[in-house]
Amino acid sequence: MTQGSARVVAADTATPAPRSVWRRAWSSGGIGYGFVLPAMVIYLAVILFPVLQGFRFAFTDWNGLNRQINYVGLANFSRMFGDMQVRSAVGTTLIIAGALVVIKVTLGLLLALIVDRNLKSKHYLRLVFFMPVVLTPIIVSYMWKYMFSNDGTLNTLLNLFGIEGLRWLGDPTLALVSVIIVTSWQSVGLSMVIYLAGLQAIPPELHEAATIDGASTLQRSWYVTLPMLAPATTVCVVIAMIQGLRFFDQIFALTRGGPGYATETLSTMIYRISFQFGEFSYGAAVAVVFSLIVAVIVLPVMYFLRKQEVAVG
Amino acid sequence: MANSRYTPRTFALEVAMVLGSICFIFPIYLLVAISFKERQAWSRQPMSLPLDPYLGNFKRAWSEAYLGDALIASIVVVVGSLIILTAVGALAAYFLARCKPRLGYVLYVLFLLAMLLPFQLGLLPLYQMMNTMHLLGKPYSLILFYCGYQLPFTIFLYTGYIRALPESYEQAAKIDGANEFQIFRHIIFPMLRPVTGTVLILNCVFIWNDFMTPLLYLQGSSWATVPVAVAAFVDQEITDWGIVFAALLIGMAPVLLLFTILQRRMMEGFAGGLKA
Repeated sequence: MTQGSARVVAADTATPAPRSVWRRAWSSGGIGYGFVLPAMVIYLAVILFPVLQGFRFAFTDWNGLNRQINYVGLANFSRMFGDMQVRSAVGTTLIIAGALVVIKVTLGLLLALIVDRNLKSKHYLRLVFFMPVVLTPIIVSYMWKYMFSNDGTLNTLLNLFGIEGLRWLGDPTLALVSVIIVTSWQSVGLSMVIYLAGLQAIPPELHEAATIDGASTLQRSWYVTLPMLAPATTVCVVIAMIQGLRFFDQIFALTRGGPGYATETLSTMIYRISFQFGEFSYGAAVAVVFSLIVAVIVLPVMYFLRKQEVAVG
Repeated sequence: MANSRYTPRTFALEVAMVLGSICFIFPIYLLVAISFKERQAWSRQPMSLPLDPYLGNFKRAWSEAYLGDALIASIVVVVGSLIILTAVGALAAYFLARCKPRLGYVLYVLFLLAMLLPFQLGLLPLYQMMNTMHLLGKPYSLILFYCGYQLPFTIFLYTGYIRALPESYEQAAKIDGANEFQIFRHIIFPMLRPVTGTVLILNCVFIWNDFMTPLLYLQGSSWATVPVAVAAFVDQEITDWGIVFAALLIGMAPVLLLFTILQRRMMEGFAGGLKA
């Protein structure tokens, strides 16, 4: 109301201030381009230019040092298809991303449903489960490295039940499981708060209406709560997926890609190829393929989930 | 569901959840307990309470991991990046929200695209660029990186918020003779306080915790940030967990402190900010 009347007043009384031609050219919709200029400069210099350069390097033989840069066409890419380590890294990355999506969505939703109830300790529980989210991943990973060590906490607990200790970080499969455990522990609280915000945005009338129509608790959860949580699910899935695809810190601290190359992800691989072996152009080619994988997976999933949201709304 | 009755079943759930939360947080307890114990003490009884706290681990970790320098480096990088991000981001978002619709949309999509562009692709050329400009090993390189990397997200949050603000305040100020920058500085920016809080919290936590880029840019220099300094130290000392955990605890302390002060605000920021 006040907004509308103010606009009317403004239109009535304000005579357009005289402006020079230069000033008019320097602005859009009454706002000077100067406002967006710093952001554009940073954007071009730090994001767009390097990304385009990276794309270009993928087709060269540049090693980061040589002056003469030769274009080698698709040589880096054809080399990649024969490279078993790249294939294994793609597989590992996809496994981690998939596991994180499933674990974070289910556990996050479960936790949110519980701490949304009228528990006396709900504020305490929310704090505890959320707290690891803000901690430094590399520090958290080193902390868990002790828990996973051969005479660490997990094996001590297993021994207590008469089970022989496991080589958590020494066995290829278990190492992958361990890395996923650490990350889930640290980030399940994020899914929880996102779902919690989603739950609290559901108008209580919907539940009342469903109850009056004779829906059971289970039916209400399935037909009212879950569909209303579609936007929260989109966010949780996309965040978990991107986190899983860009996985680096936990691997660096816990396994360094080992045992062998069992836990090497695309991120750790790009790092190793480019900065430890100095093969910039090959690393750039892996990064191009990596970007394509991310786009091919994330964009359709986002599109699909958004469509679900519209169908509900 | 929130107003349903408190039944014995609710109580049972409550007890189970509290026990579960204790197991969940046990690693943190262990971190504190072990960091206050001497070597023989933690290797014999790692899980007991440190009734006779031993501070030697902290002294050694503090001096040998150069954690004092690392804290200063981290603070410089975080504060520098946050100031630039907030200023540049809010200014640009104001333009995007209020300029001619079609131009605003094109620029908005351009910035959004950057959120999907994989930074791994730009990682190598950017590293090379920093190297050519002799910025490696200095905090400016990291500040520059974060200003670019977190800018699209910052603009995204600000633009959404400014679009929802009524334009009448600006028009009133214009009638009173304020220029564009004065309007932004005295009318718009103060109204952005809630979203500025979210921007600061999310960017602060992200920048403070980031590891890969500071590892590349600052490793081995006197400007190593906390995660890099801790990682370098831990890799040497991996046999004595008492000292390692002391270093980890010191490295964690600033974020934990921030979280204790801002708990609610932080949870809301993460839930709302990332949803946008």
